[in-house]
Amino acid sequence: MSEREDLRRSDGQFGKLPVKGADQQKVPMGPGPFGRGPGGPMGTGMGGEKARNFRNSMMMLFRYLGAYKYSIIMMLILSVLSTLFMIIGPMLMGNVTTKLFEGVMAKVSHAQGAGMDFTYIGKIILLLACLYIISSIFTYLQGLLMSNVSIKVTYELRKEISEKISRLPLKYFDTRSYGDILSRITNDVDTISNTLNQGLSQIVTSVSTIIGIILMMAYISILMTLVSLLMLPISLGLVSFIIRKSQKLYKRQRDYLGRVNGHVEEMYSGHNVMRAFNGEERSIARFDELNEELYKVGWKSQFFSGLMMPVTMFVGNLGYVAICILGGYLVINRVIRVGDIQAFIQYVRSFNMPISQAANIASMMQSTAAAAERVFEFLAEEEETPEAETPIRPEKITGRVAFRDVSFGYSPDKIIINNFSADIKEGQKVAIVGPTGAGKTTMVKLLMRFYDVNSGAILLDGIDIREMARKELRSNFGMVLQDTWLFNGTIRENIRYGRNDATDEEVVNAAKIANVDHVIHYLPKGYDMELNEEAGNVSQGEKQLLTIARAMLADPKILILDEATSSVDTMTEILIQRAIERLMKGRTSFIIAHRLSTIRNADIILVMKDGAIVEQGGHNELLAAKGFYASMYNSQFEDASTA
Amino acid sequence: MFNLMKFLKPFSGLIFIIFILLFAQAMSDLALPNYLSRIVNVGIQQNGIKNAAPEVMRASEMEKIERFMDKSDRAFVEKNYLLLDRQKLSPADCKTYLKKYPGLEHEKLYVLNIKDEVETDRLNAVFLAPVMTVYTIEKTGISSLTGNSAMPGDLDPYAYLDQLPSGEREALLKTMRQNISGIESGLINQTAINYISNEYETVGLNVAGIQRGYIMSTGGFMLIFAFLGTVCSITVGFLSARIAAGFGRDTRKRLFGRVEQFSNMEFDRFTTASLITRTTNDTEQIQIFLVMMLRMVFYAPMMAVGAIIMVLREDVSMLWLIAIGVVFIIMMICVEFYVAIPRFKIIQKLVDRLNQVTREILTGLMVIRAFNSQKYQEAKFDEANRDLTKITMFINGVMVIMMPVMMLIMNGVMLSIIWFGAHRIEMGALQVGSMMAFMQYAMHIIMSFLIVSVTFMMMPRAGVSAQRISEVIETEPAVRDPENPAKFDPDRKGHVEFQNVSFKYPGADDYVLRDVSFRAVPGETIAFVGGTGSGKSTLINLIPRFYDVTEGRIVIDGADIRDVTQHDLREKIGYVPQKSMLFSGTIESNIKYADENASYEDVRKAADISQSIEFIDQNEDGFKAGIAQGGANLSGGQKQRLSIARAIAGKPDIYIFDDSFSALDFKTDAALRRVLKEETRNSTVMIVGQRISTIMNADRIVVIHKGNVAGIGSHKTLMEECDVYRELALSQLSKEELQQ
Repeated sequence: MSEREDLRRSDGQFGKLPVKGADQQKVPMGPGPFGRGPGGPMGTGMGGEKARNFRNSMMMLFRYLGAYKYSIIMMLILSVLSTLFMIIGPMLMGNVTTKLFEGVMAKVSHAQGAGMDFTYIGKIILLLACLYIISSIFTYLQGLLMSNVSIKVTYELRKEISEKISRLPLKYFDTRSYGDILSRITNDVDTISNTLNQGLSQIVTSVSTIIGIILMMAYISILMTLVSLLMLPISLGLVSFIIRKSQKLYKRQRDYLGRVNGHVEEMYSGHNVMRAFNGEERSIARFDELNEELYKVGWKSQFFSGLMMPVTMFVGNLGYVAICILGGYLVINRVIRVGDIQAFIQYVRSFNMPISQAANIASMMQSTAAAAERVFEFLAEEEETPEAETPIRPEKITGRVAFRDVSFGYSPDKIIINNFSADIKEGQKVAIVGPTGAGKTTMVKLLMRFYDVNSGAILLDGIDIREMARKELRSNFGMVLQDTWLFNGTIRENIRYGRNDATDEEVVNAAKIANVDHVIHYLPKGYDMELNEEAGNVSQGEKQLLTIARAMLADPKILILDEATSSVDTMTEILIQRAIERLMKGRTSFIIAHRLSTIRNADIILVMKDGAIVEQGGHNELLAAKGFYASMYNSQFEDASTA
Repeated sequence: MFNLMKFLKPFSGLIFIIFILLFAQAMSDLALPNYLSRIVNVGIQQNGIKNAAPEVMRASEMEKIERFMDKSDRAFVEKNYLLLDRQKLSPADCKTYLKKYPGLEHEKLYVLNIKDEVETDRLNAVFLAPVMTVYTIEKTGISSLTGNSAMPGDLDPYAYLDQLPSGEREALLKTMRQNISGIESGLINQTAINYISNEYETVGLNVAGIQRGYIMSTGGFMLIFAFLGTVCSITVGFLSARIAAGFGRDTRKRLFGRVEQFSNMEFDRFTTASLITRTTNDTEQIQIFLVMMLRMVFYAPMMAVGAIIMVLREDVSMLWLIAIGVVFIIMMICVEFYVAIPRFKIIQKLVDRLNQVTREILTGLMVIRAFNSQKYQEAKFDEANRDLTKITMFINGVMVIMMPVMMLIMNGVMLSIIWFGAHRIEMGALQVGSMMAFMQYAMHIIMSFLIVSVTFMMMPRAGVSAQRISEVIETEPAVRDPENPAKFDPDRKGHVEFQNVSFKYPGADDYVLRDVSFRAVPGETIAFVGGTGSGKSTLINLIPRFYDVTEGRIVIDGADIRDVTQHDLREKIGYVPQKSMLFSGTIESNIKYADENASYEDVRKAADISQSIEFIDQNEDGFKAGIAQGGANLSGGQKQRLSIARAIAGKPDIYIFDDSFSALDFKTDAALRRVLKEETRNSTVMIVGQRISTIMNADRIVVIHKGNVAGIGSHKTLMEECDVYRELALSQLSKEELQQ
């Protein structure tokens, strides 16, 4: 379990009610842990996510793109030009064909000087070759420009998001999952980047292709243009019908796939339990049921999204046939020439792509707006309360902590710490005790100003901690938490995290005091060993020792410790305990205590229950009070005494 | 890839149909350009007249033409033509014929008397050269054919020929025939038809009508083929959707069924996460690939075959242009992917790295702020971001080339077709319409190969997926039921005996457990303690046969557990795992998981014993309260209590608690164990524990140290006799606590 989730749960704020969250989680939807999943049948637009305010989000995106306006304008010009050059092609080719045809006819009728005009044909072909090459170069340049813009925007957005994270108050993260923020950095930024990379030029090319083709066609024959354009509404109508239908089916298919995958995930993760309770048959029966439903929806969804191609092809072919018949008729009547038919056919054929693209663009824009909205919303999120304007910078902190009528609640309507006052002298030990989920870490968060108190004040050496710069304040604290957070990097780097300017000797020294030096020597590569994700290659106990070394190196005045060491073996546990004892020497310590010996030796015990401090005082004092602490303490040995 | 092929067997009939349909679709697609070519060649160029053998001809013209035929040809023609003479026809016949052929008014007419295609073709062949001869004579004079300029210019050429002595005439006719045969057949055909067309007009036929009729009927055929192609394509889409979804369903089912039989041995080997991806993602990959395969990949060869058939009918000489286009396209794609694919893998790694740094920042929010190292983390993120940006830049540069190059190749092929086609047309070997059709064949063929090569690029990925799937399906579970299962002694309920049990993981050198022997009887609580990795969890996992022992045996109620069915064995056991695992559903459905027929009272009692009743009753939905997947909406302690309740509800003979009290606070822990002791009075209870306080009251404690039994006995005896135990206990509790 990650640190934050753990803290959150122990606050007693969440997870209390087993029901509320259930419905949202019962049916795992979307890609979730299975990666992004393959794109929908229509590619980009199938997310189905809609921006709450399409216009605003798009405007924000455009404003953001302002910095790249010259590149974008250049891209627009290039893509219009390349499209134009491309579009002239079929007509010129048609002219060549006409020329050929006339040559043949002349020959057949034995006209004077009958024969092919190869100089003319050669000239046109050469011209066309040039146009095509230029057009391709322009297309390439245009693509390159846009891809660079999109990459830069992606880079900048990611950077801004990562910097934003550090400036957001911790409170922000209470109500959001990491997955959400991660997906803003990856998926949402990717969506924006893809739209910039392809979408923008696609819009321009599609539009200029459509307009260009219509103009060219009209130039050749208005009548035939009208007939070909007649196919447009049919095509668009059918396409949008299919898209609508298949999107619906696709969503249902994802739903069912989510259910099947959810069942698979659940049963595999609970494999032992399932087997222990002979659940195989039940599990398979449920799976078959879900799997069959998935099949039923699945093939329909697949079929419908697959209809797109043949149907547009059919409409396209109808246009083709119409052109052949009408064209033939017009040629006979000398209205157009043979080559025009050919040109027309090529135009109509190249009509299909921009149209199906246009159908996609709308939904692509939708998902882009949604992504942009999420990203910009995040970037606009309220940041931590600003630092005091002229922060007090105390010369030397001794470690006196005082709580003056402190009240606090995660939400203003639910105050969990009421008028709490306490004085902790330099070097004293404070034990925070209470059952699981009593909110023991709240105190820690307040002390380090991850949260600000609602009323009252916390004083460090007599100074209100809000008067100090956060950086200054936090540099006086050292933390050793139950969930040991280590990052990717070598062991040395991880210890040095406590104080960046520490020398190698100091690092080793800290490790020695933390009892971890000899362990490190046994590890491959010693201090230079890389810790990987979640530091899985080092045992839990060793991680704990490393965090102690880290805190040791930081040499803070005040320590915050979490004692729980449930998954550590005996020998390591002894090592950890000794290291902690050494660490605490001469420092004010706040200990989230689990061990009775620690609790009894504490100068002040804060007893917490359901998020609130219910009792405070020394061990004997509290026992005598026969309150919650006393009952808790006694219950532990009840069993032993009855045995 | 091929391992999975056999699962396609049930669909082989449908796949065969798909092949046929795809071929039909390809032929229909190709028919359209072919008809276009006919509209241009015949409809426009030849005024809609297909044959050189005229349908009708003036007798005088026929005479001229017959002059250039040999005897047998002449006989053949005369046999197939009917001579119409106004004078000899009945008035009724005369009227109908006159309407049809107004020229009959002035002259006798020959009308074609057969409809047979083969005969018409033969007639065509007979007519071509003579018609050409006559046409040339009329247009440019007979001397252009004989080469004899000495012929009198004002003389009727036919009369001149007739007056020649037969020998000389034959010689002259021979030269003329030779001259004619030197002309390209295509030109002869068109010229002949041009002549016939003029003749029709003279006879009074509506040539424009014929032309229109021809174009319309060709258009009609085009419509039919367009429709046919669409029907085929849609049917293919339908069939392939069903096949792919069906195949996906079957494969998933096979996988799931197999995995459900797996023991922990296989789970360790594959890892849970990998098994999940194999069942979900990999199957999906295959399914997607299958659709592509059925619809696109199979289509290309059909297209190629069809196109070759079509082209063979026209002019093969330019087929090489298409081949070059195809080769270029494939080459380009290969190069692109050769450059890009390895970098895509790098990109994936860098994206992972970026995610990982972000995750690190997010999970370490407090620590990072506590150590004031926001800037350090940002720099780290920036580095990952930069690396990713750099390589994306490169890849995009490569990918951006693709489209323009592809267009260039396509257009290059088009231009070459026109250039080379023009020369072929000049020679009379190719007709304009055929060239136009050819351009479209080229487009179709190159496109379909483009799609195939892109699909093939997906092949490795699908291949990996297929490999991963078949690996699972082909793995036999290590723990299996015996063929002739034995039964437990019905009189004994919960006697567990380990007899010299040793265990090691397959392939491992070292034993995890060595020579473990002990015995537990109903009513007894037996606890296992030891450090992390001592093997105590493994030991307890051997009892429900999550693993099988390597040596020795475990006997429960008179039977070696490998001799009874897993089902019977597990009926006896109430297992509470280390990591509480709840299934989505309700609290009730989770507790009832052990025994579907448990009554409400049983469920309530189980909840009561496990100390869950308090938080269940607090909830307004009580036992019907929903539980999210994995129990995500519950705290660790709540989950643990419910998973204890589940075991209790099954009323097992043997309880196994695998470190199952760790998430409980002392108070709950104590309360739970007090009631539990009552409940389990007649059962065997086995507890693995970390906390000494949890296990110190057990009847017997088995101390496991590095896979060996370091001591067995009560807390008291072990404190005195077992060093390992004493050290462990002292590390957790003070002396006086231990003596309490």
